[in-house]
Amino acid sequence: MRDVAIIATAQTKHVRAATALNEVEMIQPVIQDVIERSGVDRHGFDFTCSGSSDYLAGQPFSFVMTLDAVAAWPPISESHVEMDGAWALYEAWVKIQTGHADTALVYSYGKSSPGDLPRVLSRMLDPYYEAPLWLTSIDVGALQARAMIDAGLTSEAAMADIAHRSRTAAGVNNPHAQLTSSAEPSALLAEEYLADPLRRHDCAPVTDGGVAVVLAAGDRARELCDRPAWIRGIDHRADGHHLNFRDLTTSPSTTLAASRAGVADRPVEIAELHACFTHQEPILRTALGLGDDVEVNPSGGPLAANPMMAAGLLRLVEVADRIHTGEVSRGVAHATGGHALQHNLVAVLEGEG
Amino acid sequence: MSEPAPIDLPPGLWSQPAVDTSAVAELADVEAVQMVRNPARLDYDYTPGIATTRFLRAIKEKRLVGERCGETGKVYIPPRGVSPVSGLPTTEQVELGLDGTMVSYCVVNLDFTGNAQEIPYVSALILVDGSDIPIYGLVREIPYQDVRVGLRLKSVWVEPEEMTTSLENIRWWAPNGEADLPASELTDHV
Amino acid sequence: MAERTAVVGIGQTKYSAVRGDVSLPGLLREATFRALDDAQMTLADIDAIVIGKAPDFFEGIMVPEYSLVEALGAVGKPVFRVHTAGSVSGSTAIVATGLIESGVHERVLTIGWEMQSCSEAMWALSVTMPFQQQLVAGAGGYFAPYIRQYIARSGAPDDTGVLVALKDRQNALKNPYAHLHEHDISYESVKESLMLWDPIRYSETCPSSDGAIAMVLTNEVGGDAAAAEGRAPAWVHGTSFRSEPAMAAGRDQVSPQAGRDCAADVFRQAGITNPREQVDVVEMYVPFSWYEPMWLENLGFAEEGTGWQLTHDGVTAMDGDLPVNCSGGVLSTNPIGASGMIRFGEAALQVRGMAGEHQIDGARTAVGHAYGGAAQFYAMWVVGAGKP
Repeated sequence: MRDVAIIATAQTKHVRAATALNEVEMIQPVIQDVIERSGVDRHGFDFTCSGSSDYLAGQPFSFVMTLDAVAAWPPISESHVEMDGAWALYEAWVKIQTGHADTALVYSYGKSSPGDLPRVLSRMLDPYYEAPLWLTSIDVGALQARAMIDAGLTSEAAMADIAHRSRTAAGVNNPHAQLTSSAEPSALLAEEYLADPLRRHDCAPVTDGGVAVVLAAGDRARELCDRPAWIRGIDHRADGHHLNFRDLTTSPSTTLAASRAGVADRPVEIAELHACFTHQEPILRTALGLGDDVEVNPSGGPLAANPMMAAGLLRLVEVADRIHTGEVSRGVAHATGGHALQHNLVAVLEGEG
Repeated sequence: MSEPAPIDLPPGLWSQPAVDTSAVAELADVEAVQMVRNPARLDYDYTPGIATTRFLRAIKEKRLVGERCGETGKVYIPPRGVSPVSGLPTTEQVELGLDGTMVSYCVVNLDFTGNAQEIPYVSALILVDGSDIPIYGLVREIPYQDVRVGLRLKSVWVEPEEMTTSLENIRWWAPNGEADLPASELTDHV
Repeated sequence: MAERTAVVGIGQTKYSAVRGDVSLPGLLREATFRALDDAQMTLADIDAIVIGKAPDFFEGIMVPEYSLVEALGAVGKPVFRVHTAGSVSGSTAIVATGLIESGVHERVLTIGWEMQSCSEAMWALSVTMPFQQQLVAGAGGYFAPYIRQYIARSGAPDDTGVLVALKDRQNALKNPYAHLHEHDISYESVKESLMLWDPIRYSETCPSSDGAIAMVLTNEVGGDAAAAEGRAPAWVHGTSFRSEPAMAAGRDQVSPQAGRDCAADVFRQAGITNPREQVDVVEMYVPFSWYEPMWLENLGFAEEGTGWQLTHDGVTAMDGDLPVNCSGGVLSTNPIGASGMIRFGEAALQVRGMAGEHQIDGARTAVGHAYGGAAQFYAMWVVGAGKP
């Protein structure tokens, strides 16, 4: 396998609603920024890949418009996934592994503000049995949280602590985050339920935002970046879909992906987890085999900023950024797709040496 | 010519086209369900974005305004805020004319407009004076057989009191009486 | 450096306007099990699944792959969803090939599908979006002006499109899976059909179909094993995709640069310097008849302005020396999300000698081509009976 690294990153300041901007105007500055940081000529990428969602945008073929932001003239080798940008990065990583590319530009974005996000996500259910029930993403999250609490694996108090810790950390560490502070856990627990046992603080916010990343292989990465964030292992797996066919308190696909990615090969310093609900953090910690000494979501994670289709790629970015500064030498990034952690990607990033 | 041979599938979890309900007496006269209809409605608030907002505000004032790409000098309409060639923002606003030239067209025999259009009708790509990329429009006030590349057109608008922030302010395009533009002047577009 | 990729299994559903006899999982499983049967494998042998289809709005299900995981035996496996507009399942096959070439996986199942009867495809293709230009002429109305430009530039005879439609639909009669089997089709019946967007007539326009195609790809060891058991694989000699923006000033939409570049790249990879001579059979994405002569030029099979001559001279007929769309093409079958992969799959069937009644004898090098969007996304592969 070739050595591939994240050598440059850029992201929006994530907000509840970027109402003045359309998707292209929102992502273009981020793409321009990452291209400039990377040192690669804008027409010089061997491959470009993006991740986005038509249903999020409320428009079929919505990804086509953002092609305007990547200088696709002369024509470029380009592809797109209807998944989080973490999977666009995966496709670019594979492309580099084939030897057909040495550099890649990867970006993803989501404007959740146009639609009613939890309701939009109800369309991501089996069309015969579950979609007609119009279970929103919060309803599904609540079912999983209830399972976790009943199994004794978490509690409403523990969940409130996670919310408080995450958003406070965002305030300290993350200038891009949307939510950067939190009331004390006792105040959080006094709030009304959104969908018992979930309260507002247990859920990731609705966010507009985007992210872009440049990948490079081997010596090219070393030329372009002082401290490349090497992708030492990356894998993704899916669990079954139907909520009653699987144990919602575990994430076997995450465990499998973690094992394939080599998470346990060496000590993990930080982990950025794509947990859109507080109760999902303990599920993922366990699934990834993370000890209590591992710092989870120093950026605040999705609870602080959740641009759909970008939140997973952002986890890789947040680990990579900390490797670039030398703050961290080994971290794990996790991205998820589907309801209740159905589809999971795990990546291990390391600094040189 | 026969249908492709169905493969011999082992029993169990495999999908099977025919449902055998003979074992269940209550289902004797019940037809197998072949389709489930789930009406779905989602409401979205779309954002035009800054470039489109500028364009639509100008069009409400009966002005067509394009944007220039800094790298190539080409003028885009409707503007998108970004040049597709350079990937950089297009901020220079360019006031365009209200006339244009037909660069290509087709004659349509089914009404796709939903506006009880008389058929056949002409759908065309029209290069607005001063711009470098054509826009779509209907062409009327000329027999469809006489329509041709290079035809000079003027935009025909709704009444002032009906103007909104929408491309639909332009009802259609009609000949403006000028001599046709020769193909040599349209080489980038034909 | 790249691992060789072999196509060892291909399975298609019977394409039709409405497959009322199967559910969505059923449709995909029909193609999947035919492909697995061909490859002499079971779902358990598959390492990863790569799926492509048109926008989710077509069937009204967001990311339908997630609810298909159990049906495709994908629990515990990587599942990947590609979406590149009309070229999608061509790109999907290329992404799947990449997983083998890179050595990441050894056996990949790739599927392209669409169940258009479950959707409002016409609506989804030209949704009225606020603030954007409305296409007042429907999907064909977008392409018709460029076809007119081609006719003006090339001087092609008016009935060139009629000949293409007739040929493709007659070819389809030899393909049991094809959607349209028009036994009574004739030159006159095509010419007299309703003119929709001059010059495109009703009979020169693709249908709307339900269907799926699945392929099993393996590495060199897998390809050799299949060959040793008398099941000739198709070997991948080159893959390429290229995209250009919809609205770049100066784009040539009659012969887009991205198409030319894609073809040049894939032929270079496959060592093809004279496509007209070295390629035995072509499956091109022709949804409106005139795209046959236009793509022949765009892909480098004919000099600019002469593509129509190949059609008129019978070069692209099954008994010509560059048969095009022996399967019946998109003009006879069009489940939008599957059509790209069907081109790629049919090319592979040809070099494996498995195209049945529409087989071109001795075909050893075949091209699969797909395009999408505003003629802006292109995906191609070259497959051969021998190893690259």
